[in-house]
Amino acid sequence: MSHKVIVPIGPYHPLQEEPEFFQLYVEGEKVVDIDIIIGYNHRGIEKLAESKHYDQIAFLVERICGICSSSHPYAYVLAVEDLFGGEANIVPERALYIRTIIDELQRIHSHLLWLGLAGHFIGYNTVWMWAWKYREPVLDMFEMVTGNRNNYAMFRIGGVRRDLKDEDIPALKKMLDELLPSIKMFYGAINDDPVIRARLKEVGTLTKEQAIDWCVVGPTARASGVNIDIRRDEPYGAFLLNTIDWNVVLEKDGDIFAKTMVRILEMEDSINIINQALNKIPKGEIDANVKDIPIGEGIGRVEAPRGECIHYIKSDGTNRPVRHKIRAPSFMNVASDKVAAVGGTISDATLTLAAVDPCYCCTERVAVINKADDKKIMNGWDLVKLSREKTDKIKEGWPNGRPE
Amino acid sequence: MNMRDRIKEGLGNKILEWDERSARRIYFSVDAKEVYKSVEFLFKGLGLRFSTASGIDLPEGFEIIYHFSFDKAGEIYSLRVLIKDKLRPEIASVSPLFRGAEWMEREMWEMLGINFKGHPNLKRLLLADDWPEGEYPLRRKNVS
Repeated sequence: MSHKVIVPIGPYHPLQEEPEFFQLYVEGEKVVDIDIIIGYNHRGIEKLAESKHYDQIAFLVERICGICSSSHPYAYVLAVEDLFGGEANIVPERALYIRTIIDELQRIHSHLLWLGLAGHFIGYNTVWMWAWKYREPVLDMFEMVTGNRNNYAMFRIGGVRRDLKDEDIPALKKMLDELLPSIKMFYGAINDDPVIRARLKEVGTLTKEQAIDWCVVGPTARASGVNIDIRRDEPYGAFLLNTIDWNVVLEKDGDIFAKTMVRILEMEDSINIINQALNKIPKGEIDANVKDIPIGEGIGRVEAPRGECIHYIKSDGTNRPVRHKIRAPSFMNVASDKVAAVGGTISDATLTLAAVDPCYCCTERVAVINKADDKKIMNGWDLVKLSREKTDKIKEGWPNGRPE
Repeated sequence: MNMRDRIKEGLGNKILEWDERSARRIYFSVDAKEVYKSVEFLFKGLGLRFSTASGIDLPEGFEIIYHFSFDKAGEIYSLRVLIKDKLRPEIASVSPLFRGAEWMEREMWEMLGINFKGHPNLKRLLLADDWPEGEYPLRRKNVS
């Protein structure tokens, strides 16, 4: 007889910045279904944007997410610049480079944040501590470039608000050079460690067909072999100028291991991109001083750390938009957990749900409740423990640290 | 044959209006009755990626724009439909075609009150449970 149990995960925890609520239906160890309930953090920003003028909205959308806080303002200014015929038409070259430097720094810090959390979930707290340690210099670089560690307030229609100091460039390059070996170390460590491989390989798999069906984006799609990257497909910022040499990272397995590899290799790429941008950044204006916004519709999109972030603006020629539609990448990615987590075990569920990087790190608030009598059998901490125990068990079975 | 011609050929006289704003932004409209067939052709027939859909409350009706991304060329094809019935807006759901549209339609349903016929799971996505029934935040109030 099957014994169906509901495992609710979420929605609130001080650690996480986006509350989400996952209700897992489990039979024994196996996850048979999942309900995803979002909206706990719905702030009505699309509606709010209709009452703000164009200059204010860049600040407003910056507050959608604290981790990818440059992606939303960037996609928004691109949408408005689309009304002028595109970014290339009005934005000065120096501003294009500064925009890309911020955007790529953000990718590094976001992926390191995710890597740390993933390590924490599988019981590798060293990975957690180290990843976040190496994230610190990235935030310092942000402070040098923008004046802020988070919420940079750099993007404005037609350019950027603050210039990059030329005397800072050598220091920035030195920090990047120091960061690269640590990223390479993570690549080696995760590739070589058989326990991590055992935990991540063939877990939470999203096939290419499923990825297309669910319209997922970003590293989640690229790990499943869907070859999309807005930076290449519809270049923006410094990528418009064809001066930067880089590659789209693609994997085909679709499991958590592939997603991890995509993110680590992307960090290496981002360091490379920022280095080239710092070498090639020209002197000149940083702002086009845009005054009037033309009538029309504009779409802007950027490759945020989690995938395509797209903004749509409808303008009637006044100083406020008629409609501002925002679609964040996690909106598409989180929904796909419905197939990725189902069929796996409960000890892998926390990791699978976190693998799409949904700005989600709340496992402490988990409770396992028996559906029949509502009796609580586990609390949140137990679920993280369950995940870690699985790692420990694998380690115990391999006294030499490797399978026999 | 490029994507524009393939769409023009495949949808034929279903296309009511064709508007190329720029090299990478193409807007075209079809009748609201044709939305399922058109989306099926764009998504399944041509393999475009569904990026998002945006609904708006206009004086003449509810407009939905389905944005499809053609990633090989970095182009966005935006399919526009107008639902003229403002009292009981209804349109066929495209979720049976692909799962990625489910959340987007749920969002438009709760925000604008557009009923998506044939949606497998039309319930609230973002609004709170105690939000009043029949109150749609993105609808415009008549101000006179």
